[in-house]
Order: sequence, then C-alpha cells, then structure tokens
Amino acid sequence: MNTRRQSVTGWLLLLPAAVLLAAFTHYPALATFWHSFFTTPRANRSARFVGLENYELLLEDPVFWTALTNNAWYALGTILPSMALAIVMALWVNRQMVGRGWVRLAYFTPTVLPMIAVANIWLFFYTPDYGLLDQVRSLWGGAPHNWLGSQETALGAVVAVAMWKEAGFFMIFYLAALQQQSPELREAAALEGCNRWQFFWRVTFPLLMPTTLFVLVNAVINAFRLIDHIFILTRGGPDNASSLLLFYIYEVGFKFWDVSYAAALTVVLLLVLAVVALFQFGVLERRTHYQ
Amino acid sequence: MLNPTRFDNALNTLGAWLLALLWLLPLLYAVWSAIHPSEFSARFDLLAPLTTDNFSKAWSAAPFPRYFLNTSALVLAILIGQIVLCTLAAYAFARFEFPGKDIAFALVLVQLMVMPDVVLVENYRTLHRLGLVDTLSAMALPYMASAFGIFLLRQTFKTVPRELEEAARIEGCGSFGVLWRVYVPLARPVYLAYALVSVSHHWNNFLWPLVMSNSVETRPLTVGLSVFASTDQGIDWGIINAATLISSAPLLLAFLLFQRQFVQSFLRAGIR
Repeated sequence: MNTRRQSVTGWLLLLPAAVLLAAFTHYPALATFWHSFFTTPRANRSARFVGLENYELLLEDPVFWTALTNNAWYALGTILPSMALAIVMALWVNRQMVGRGWVRLAYFTPTVLPMIAVANIWLFFYTPDYGLLDQVRSLWGGAPHNWLGSQETALGAVVAVAMWKEAGFFMIFYLAALQQQSPELREAAALEGCNRWQFFWRVTFPLLMPTTLFVLVNAVINAFRLIDHIFILTRGGPDNASSLLLFYIYEVGFKFWDVSYAAALTVVLLLVLAVVALFQFGVLERRTHYQ
Repeated sequence: MLNPTRFDNALNTLGAWLLALLWLLPLLYAVWSAIHPSEFSARFDLLAPLTTDNFSKAWSAAPFPRYFLNTSALVLAILIGQIVLCTLAAYAFARFEFPGKDIAFALVLVQLMVMPDVVLVENYRTLHRLGLVDTLSAMALPYMASAFGIFLLRQTFKTVPRELEEAARIEGCGSFGVLWRVYVPLARPVYLAYALVSVSHHWNNFLWPLVMSNSVETRPLTVGLSVFASTDQGIDWGIINAATLISSAPLLLAFLLFQRQFVQSFLRAGIR
C-alpha cells in the first residue's frame, strides 16, 4: 500500500472512536475549564464571565474542604489496608492447602458484586442495635452504636466497605506475580540461611514492586471515582462527614444545578487525576502490567 | 528455617479460612435474611422456617423484569459498540502509518484517567443539548470508544506475525478482509476477556445511569435497586436483601460457573 492510502485508511478506521472520544472525554475536560470561569446560566439570564470567582468561592467553601479532606482519608484508609490485605491473601492462596479454590473464590467474590448491592447488604450490617455488627458487639456488652449516623464513624464505615470490595481484586494481580517468581529464589535463600520474614522483605516484596505500583495507581483512581456506596449508606452525611469529592460534584451539579461551581470542583478532581497520571508515566515509565 | 513447620502451615491455613469466612459473611448474611421470614432477619436460629416469599414480594414490588431488560440492552449495546470501535481503532494503531498517529494514541490514553463519569456534569450538558437525556444511547455512548479496549487490542494485534497478513493479501484480501480473517480470529481470547470485564463493569455501573435515566423505561438494575431500597417505607430487610440478590444473581452465577475465565479476564484487563 502506498503511504497516502495508508494514511487515509488509518484515519478512517480511527474516525468513529476518535469522534466519541473527543465528544465525551476531550471536549468535556476542556469545557469544564472553560465553564468554570462563568456563572451558571439560569432561565432569565445567560452565563456571564466572572474570571476566578468560582475558585474564590471554592476556597471559602467549608463543604469542599471537608469533602477533599474526607477523600484524602478515604484514599489512605482504603488503599493501604486493601493492598496489605491483598498481599496477605495472595501469599495465603499461593500455598498448597485444603480448600484453596474456595478461599480464592471467597476473596474474589466482592469484585463481581455491584457496589449498590454491596452497600445494601452492608447497610443492614451497620444498622444500630439490630444489625450484625451491634449484635456481635452486644455479646461483649457493647452498647448499640449508630455507625453511619455519627460523625466519628461514618467515614470509617464507608472505608471498610470499599476495602472489602477492593482487596480481592488487587489480590489476583499479586497472585499472578507470585506465581511467576522462580522457586529457585527460595532454594538460594534457604542456602543463605534466610528466614521467612527476611525472605519476604528482601526477595518477595521487592520483586512485587511493579505490581504494587500498578495496583497503587488503580487504587488511587478508584478512591476518587468509586462513590456508588455513598448514595446508599450515608448520602454524604451526617453533616458531610462522609462526603467525597465526586459525590459533592454530583450534589452541586444535579441537586443544586450549579453547573459552573460543579465545573470548578471538577477541575480540582481533574488535577488530582493529572497528578496520578504524571506519577504513572513519570515514575512508573512502562514497567507496569500493560506491556 | 525457610520451610514452614506443620504447625505454621496449619496456622496459615486457619487464617486464610477465617478471612475467607469473614469476606463471605456479608453475602451469607444477605442470603440468610432473604430466605427466612422477617422475624428471623437478625435472629440466627438454625430451625428457622425457610421461605421464598421475600423474593416474590421483591419481584412484584418493583418493575424488576423491566430493569433486567434495560440493563441487558445497555450492557449489550456498550459491548457491541466497544468491540466494533475498538477493533477498528486498534487495527489502525497497530498496522497503519498515518500522520499524527502518536499524538492520537496519547489522546486516546487520556481516557484512562478522564473517564466519562468523572466529567459527568459536562457530559450531561452535551447529551441534554442533543435531546438524549433518559435514553439508552445516552447511557451507552460515552463508554463505546474505550481507551482500554483500544490499548488491549492494539497490543494483541501487534503480536500477530506480518507473514499471516501478507499471505492473506496474496489470497486477495483487502484491509478489511485481513482484519476480519486474520486479526479478529487470532484475538478471540482477548475479546472474551474484554467482554467479561466490560459486561461486569457495566452491569454494576451506577453513577452515570443514575444521572442519565429518570424513568422506569430506561433505568438499569443498579439504579432501580437504589430507588427500591430508598423508597421502601417499612424497611423489610428480607425483601431488600432478596432484591439485592436478584440483581446480583446473573453475574454471581456466571462468576461461579466460569471462575477461571473471570479471574483471568480481570487479570488481563487490569483497568476496566
């Protein structure tokens, strides 16, 4: 094929996907920036350029800061424990043992359940007095507690659900990586008189590093994107104690219909994701799974 | 030192089992309350009578058949769109030289970070302007050109030996013939993996359909379930849990039957 025909065919093949990508990824990302400098158009007056006013509003908005801080805690609280659990799970189910298939199945099951369904089940778990958590606690004489309804525990309760949902998903990446590690490493380490603790920290864990970084990137993105359970469990309450950034964007955009302010908030979210992207392409280069 | 003693082994197995039990507990709890009368919802009596009432009540209390239909149509529409669009785009990236190719590819990868539901407010505006709010197309369109699908298929197509393509061209195949006869058949396992991940992702997707649908005719299962659970006045946990299980059942059953394929697919797909 000559070069001209190659170019034409290439672009024609790409065209349908390119149109949709431009319409639903690139355009909205740019439009978000653009609209964040305007007021929200209302029935009687159209949008007006206001410069940085939406961003000034944002800096003074306590709910925004609460949502952002919550999101940071949510990310930290979900990512580290679920990754640690994922490694433990993977190490466990990588050994020979009775019922290994069942155990793997149990760990992975939350991944295929809809987050909405999961949230419904956990809502029941957390019900004060009547729910399983309080029933178990009452065996030790614990007083009933409104897990989702009190400022101190709402965010933690939401974190627990996300952790439970994600650990099994991350496990499969660790399991795949463990299965590729050569058994000879173990023999060599045994000759060196290495104990299991040393073996894990000096051999296994460093070799899992590419997996860890890959999982980390995914976990961070999910921590800012996966908010379905908030709708069922707390609706961001009480008093925004469990509101997350994207949830707040949803509220501002679709409950208060303040699209310009929602645009300014979305810019913050896009900045967070851009930092993740820079980390991924800068630090990780191309050492990740998708090679 | 390095090889665990029998005691250690037993301890680890016990730990693994306990954690597995803990991980299944929410699901088992849901099953328990769904198959028992409501007075046993939170009372664990092995002799409690079994019942299927909760399922039939849930099924008739909300338009679940319609929700199933909506979700199936949505998931299928997205999957077909994704497979067609991603195949064409991936073929272009893998086997054609055209000006702007590298920039175009980088622009495709942007979607891995800026997913349609992150910029939901602007996407809503676009679709509102097109008059598509509360339609299946509106819920499906933003996901059809999947950066991940393009990436995955491009990688796969690149591993196909050029000789096969040349042989097909000698036989008289054009560009589409080569794609259809050589590349697509060889990528079949990747399509399967991608399809499983796409279906389970979109079966479970909530936020975007929540924003885009506001009637029974378009509402998918996840949104329907959330409406059902939040409008239920009496809070009968048995019925809510039955509804929850009904909505998760197809995926859960598929997963139990094809465990290995599921895990392999999620592994291969990494990012959904």
